Amino acid sequence: MSRFRVPGRGRVNPDRPVTFRFDGRPVQGCEGDTVASALLANGIHLMGRSFKYHRPRGAVAAGSEEPNALINTRRGPGRAEPNTRATMQEIWPGLEARPQNCWPRLSFDLGAVNDRAYMLFSAGFYYKTFMWPRSFWDKLYEPVIRAAAGLGVSPSEEDPDTYASRYLHTDVLVVGAGPAGLAAARTAAEAGLRVVLVDEHAEAGGTLLSEPQARIAGLPAWDWLTAELAALKALGVRVMTRTTAIGYYHQNMIGLCQRLTDHLAELPADTPRERMWRLRAARVVLAQGALEKPLVFDGNDRPGVMLAGAAQTYLHRFGVRVGDRPVILTSHDSAWHAAFDLQDAGAKVAAIVDTRAAPPAALAGEAQARGIRVLAGFTATATSGRLRVRSVRVHPVSAGTVGAGEEIACDCLLMSGGWTPSLHLFSHTKGSLAWDEDRTTFLPADTPEDCVIAGAGRGLWGIAATLADGAEKGAEVAASLGRGASAPALPVEGDRTGSGTSHTELATDRSPSRARAFVDFQNDVTAKDLRLAVREGMRSIEHVKRYTTNGMATDQGKMSNINGLNIAADALGRAQPKVGLTTFRPPYTPTSFGAFAGYHRGGHFEVTRRTAIDPLAEAAGAVFEPVGQWRRARYFPRPGEDMDTAVARECRATRTAIGMFDASTLGKIEVVGPDAVEFMNRMYTNPWTKLQPGRCRYGLLLGDDGFIRDDGVIGRLAHDRFHVTTTTGGAARVLNMMEDYLQTEWPELDVWLTSTTEQWSTIALNGPRVAELLRPLVEGVTLTEEAFPHMSVAECTVAGMPARLFRVSFTGETGFEVNVPAPMGPALWQRLAEAGAPLGLTPYGTEAMHVMRAEKGYIIVGQDTDGTVTPADAGLTWAVGKAKPDFVGKRGLARPDLTAPGRRQLVGLLTEDGTTLLEEGAQIVLDPAQPVPMKMVGHVTSAYRSEAAGRPIALALVEGGHGRMGETVHIPMPDRTIAATITGCVFHDPENTRLKLAAPGGDA
Amino acid sequence: MTRFNAFNLVRHALTGNRNWTEQWPDAEPKAEYDVVIVGAGGHGLGCAYYLAKEHGITNVAVIDKGWLGGGNTGRNTTIIRSNYLYDESARLFDHSVDLWEGLSQELNYNVMYSRRGCMMLAHSVHDIQSFKRHIHANRLNGVDNRWLTPQEAKDYCPPLNISPDARYPVLGAALQERAGTARHDAVAWGYARGAAARGVDIIQNCPVTAIRRGPSGGVIGVETARGFIRAKKVAVSASGHNTMVMDTAGVRLPLESFPLQALVSEPVKPVFPCVVMSNTVHAYISQSDKGELVIGSGTDQYTSYSQRGGLPLIEHTVAAITEVFPIFNRMRMLRKWGGIVDVTPDRSAIISKTPVQGLYVNCGWGTGGFKATPGAAHTLAWTVAKDEPHPINAPFTLERFRTGRLIDEAAAAAVAH
Ligand SMILES: Cc1cc2nc3c(=O)[nH]c(=O)nc-3n(C[C@H](O)[C@H](O)[C@H](O)COP(=O)(O)OP(=O)(O)OC[C@H]3O[C@@H](n4cnc5c(N)ncnc54)[C@H](O)[C@@H]3O)c2cc1C
Repeated sequence: MSRFRVPGRGRVNPDRPVTFRFDGRPVQGCEGDTVASALLANGIHLMGRSFKYHRPRGAVAAGSEEPNALINTRRGPGRAEPNTRATMQEIWPGLEARPQNCWPRLSFDLGAVNDRAYMLFSAGFYYKTFMWPRSFWDKLYEPVIRAAAGLGVSPSEEDPDTYASRYLHTDVLVVGAGPAGLAAARTAAEAGLRVVLVDEHAEAGGTLLSEPQARIAGLPAWDWLTAELAALKALGVRVMTRTTAIGYYHQNMIGLCQRLTDHLAELPADTPRERMWRLRAARVVLAQGALEKPLVFDGNDRPGVMLAGAAQTYLHRFGVRVGDRPVILTSHDSAWHAAFDLQDAGAKVAAIVDTRAAPPAALAGEAQARGIRVLAGFTATATSGRLRVRSVRVHPVSAGTVGAGEEIACDCLLMSGGWTPSLHLFSHTKGSLAWDEDRTTFLPADTPEDCVIAGAGRGLWGIAATLADGAEKGAEVAASLGRGASAPALPVEGDRTGSGTSHTELATDRSPSRARAFVDFQNDVTAKDLRLAVREGMRSIEHVKRYTTNGMATDQGKMSNINGLNIAADALGRAQPKVGLTTFRPPYTPTSFGAFAGYHRGGHFEVTRRTAIDPLAEAAGAVFEPVGQWRRARYFPRPGEDMDTAVARECRATRTAIGMFDASTLGKIEVVGPDAVEFMNRMYTNPWTKLQPGRCRYGLLLGDDGFIRDDGVIGRLAHDRFHVTTTTGGAARVLNMMEDYLQTEWPELDVWLTSTTEQWSTIALNGPRVAELLRPLVEGVTLTEEAFPHMSVAECTVAGMPARLFRVSFTGETGFEVNVPAPMGPALWQRLAEAGAPLGLTPYGTEAMHVMRAEKGYIIVGQDTDGTVTPADAGLTWAVGKAKPDFVGKRGLARPDLTAPGRRQLVGLLTEDGTTLLEEGAQIVLDPAQPVPMKMVGHVTSAYRSEAAGRPIALALVEGGHGRMGETVHIPMPDRTIAATITGCVFHDPENTRLKLAAPGGDA
Repeated sequence: MTRFNAFNLVRHALTGNRNWTEQWPDAEPKAEYDVVIVGAGGHGLGCAYYLAKEHGITNVAVIDKGWLGGGNTGRNTTIIRSNYLYDESARLFDHSVDLWEGLSQELNYNVMYSRRGCMMLAHSVHDIQSFKRHIHANRLNGVDNRWLTPQEAKDYCPPLNISPDARYPVLGAALQERAGTARHDAVAWGYARGAAARGVDIIQNCPVTAIRRGPSGGVIGVETARGFIRAKKVAVSASGHNTMVMDTAGVRLPLESFPLQALVSEPVKPVFPCVVMSNTVHAYISQSDKGELVIGSGTDQYTSYSQRGGLPLIEHTVAAITEVFPIFNRMRMLRKWGGIVDVTPDRSAIISKTPVQGLYVNCGWGTGGFKATPGAAHTLAWTVAKDEPHPINAPFTLERFRTGRLIDEAAAAAVAH
């Protein structure tokens, strides 16, 4: 048994020893230990180094508020994490715990030279120097500062673990499973409510785990706890341990992070490491208890200086005596019990030093009975000991004067500066706080959320008071949800209530500017740093925090905020409530990124949308490209082909025979209703009233600013029904925009909108022989120029499948788009491929589609337009209904600049050498000889090699472009300048002769 | 004002740092000022500084409803870059970067401007087209920005995942080496100290409740929680709350206010050398001098004046970061927060006179105005002092939304920050 383990105490299992490694050496603890408790059981207090001065530090707390004992935990490759709290990490055989922020080793750290020069490293020192010479900041000073800062080391490998996320709804969420939380959960559950009770520790019980002496309802505290948990279980309460409520969001949504495997020796298969719950509760009870405050005096940070309450926890919960010769230094009654309990557990308490002149007589009596020396009305001014506290210097204080000092030897110093409610989560609700002068602390006041506070979180001390309050709050919450409940009476014996006073720095006989009394342990912020900040004009507590970094450490200010506030208020000469607290920010304790990301990793980061036909494209060896969330076949290379050759072949096949293209990703919206045509008239620039059912039209959608937002062919299927298509990337945006207008601007219109993008498989067929292919397969429409001219739509069957057939073309060739119910897409694709094979049918991808549409000068919204392009700029004035009373963007278009000369307009560009392919995005100038900064007049939006045109072609937006036909412009590249001629946008078949449908039986 | 330098640092250290004096006094409002600036963010404080320093106007008050620098200046992720597309923007932001480079010396306050480079990742053909367009335009404007292959991007930033199997594989990146970060608080404090030393009053915890106009329609002062303060000119620079303040003068601004969230990890040793932004996955990241990974996201979906912000967006942002940098999956989030950003329809700012005589506005900085702090402050001061815009901010008018002469950086790339 380890030397400091107290037989018969604690909830750890002495029969199950566990060996782990710390700082390279094996350490033995028991099942149930944390790293900190196991180290303390072996007499090891030195666990870490501080941030700035690299001072040796030990655990000062026993919970998640620990600022000092941070370690790097490791479980084989990929499973390593920095800055783990030794006080929360449970041990398991094989766990590797390494100290951090020290070199070459924990006990001898060269970084500690900073500690010698501490006067130079006062608050904000870095704002005052490192400015000369100018170039040295990011080359020299900053790298040095960065290397010195930073605590642990980032993981360097990919994390093999998985993380989960879940939703949960409940009537009541209780945060904190101490006496108040347990009682609240019980009362609410008895009233018939669904209750969830969470606690961040491995075990429910809270304070009860550290107070076995009490008897509740006639039972010893731990027996009562066991019975109570059984009762909760029987009532169906979901009790979740190792679960931290990390943030309180709008409308009673709480984020819960549940840790499932970090405490296990063997990782179970198929279990995530952590699970993030988004829990929505009708009511929340915050029963998070209170945190003990350190005392602020010179040397309060040495290993072995610890909160008295933490020592109690180590003794009672873990069966560990934190030292043989403790000194207690306190301003609160609670620490006296630590002295008594440790004495009873075999330690020899050297003294109880109380800052109060007259601590309660009963406590003094008890101390006397145990033979413990009591020094009342004393202060501490220094401690000694490099890697472990060896002595503390104490002095009597009378009337503000510090008397002669005495050095008391000790091996640990247990301090208590009183208690402060844990207000963190409550503050996330933007709840207001009220200052309580008696307790010198803030208490929760009002909150906009449906939330109540119970127990020590409201400043109540002792098991009896918190149990009663918890039960009462449980009943209150039940009543507010319409359930009758009564708070049971729970008599408590052996309770320890108490009171105390609050201090800024303890009185000292030394020059205050020399005393190094730490307030924020991890960040090495001392009381005099805080006072310096105030002296330098930092009057807001936020300024003080930021200037000194007080409260910004990984304990989130749990240890330092209230002490910091008290000292700043004192320095400012203002009352605490006038100074106020800094804002607490989520998460409650640092929470792994993996838990937030949940399932959204790797391939699941975002859904990959695939069309029904996608597997056929994949089987055909297509190369894909991401387009928004979709993946689309870019081209279908044959063996030995690169992209350019494949694309040229696909274009050639389409222009001479038939090309087949999976257009299923096009957005589709069904616009239906008596007012559908009116709605379309208002949304799109085009007129729709006269469009007959069975006909389609190219539709142009503007933003209210008058710039092009989207486009697509729209078919009118019936008087009250439109089949709208949008760009692939614009589908959701367009539907949102439509809904926005429909719901907020035109609620009187009787129209409904349905996204049908994924309901249809859409296959585009283009080419001179397409009619030959389709005629035998289509029933219900006669495919002749007269019966089914260009821009027609019909409901029919294709290869026996119900279809919406569009006669449209995005290539300039005769074109059809066949829409069939999505699952039929692959069958149709295959059927067409077979039937088309003798006709030279060739599948093509998005790249060939781009080339062919550019050869015809058809724009791609988002590529040839960028949100600054009007219909006129794009040469689409014809698509704007001049006679329409209104449409989205009409007023925007009327703004003077949208019709002013010199706008950038869409034109064609041909490089003068006839062979150079321009780069998309390249900038255009008129005078290539001008110096930088050059006057740019436009840019290349699209550029492709074109077999049809016999040379590379490009589209560009050019200032006044429509009036510059035939002019030469210049494209300055890094290595040369390219000359190009401005042309129209159509490079192929300008008369549109090829759109015509060949007559049946005629030659194609 | 005690000069800040190593000599004085040592000298004061030897006397226990007891003799440092306040960096700026907490002023009580006077009855009247030549200029009142609403909003003690970096922009407002900087404006006061340049009014005093370059225009000799020192009877100036900067008034804030809270503490100075407590708005977005103290909440932002401090990315500084100037590789914007349009000439107008490039000029304004490059002017800013020029000022950033000498700002520590100018203010005698180390604002820690750190040129560590900013890389924007391209994940699609569309991204490539857009970034190339920026790179070409920047080159011809004399603004540094260049294209990197995925491997070059990884060499520049080793934690980057360039696997072609990623959900959104990295296809390349645009790198501006002159870009970087700075220490946000120091910017506000440095300007405050410099302005106060030249006689400017900094009045904190004093909400401006209304702008008052005289019978002729021109500005005569501001109503505040501490009473009326007369002013010949008023410049409003209240970021997320600009709409509310300007409404009281009868000037409606074309702005929407959204929460924008950011977060930091626990501090670790140097692991991340530069700034990386990815617009496709909606996240960006750098590492602070303290060692925290500083991570930002896109705006929340809904307009709001509440600084709380929701959980889903943060989950997405963190997922995006671990997607691009998988090694950070076991890092922990230390804290997250939000600010309210005011967004114009074209995502470019307004630094402008208004229809009200003597009233000026600096607004619409949205998600990316920290980088503009010195430039915006400098040109705003000019505009206020001379009652006409500096050539650099002349295009950033309020009227442009009426005329349609937009500077549409959003349309150009939809790149934030
Ligand atoms: C999370 C986040 C991340 C960001 N990241 C970046 C980034 O990486 N790079 C970048 O360039 N920009 C970034 N920004 C944007 C940047 O922070 C802002 O554009 C910039 O700081 C604005 O500065 P400002 O001085 O105009 O406003 P602020 O600093 O917000 O100052 C405005 C001040 O006005 C005060 N005020 C408001 N109403 C009143 C009133 N009625 N009376 C008196 N005072 C009032 C406020 O209290 C506030 O102090 C980010 C913003 C946020 C929120």
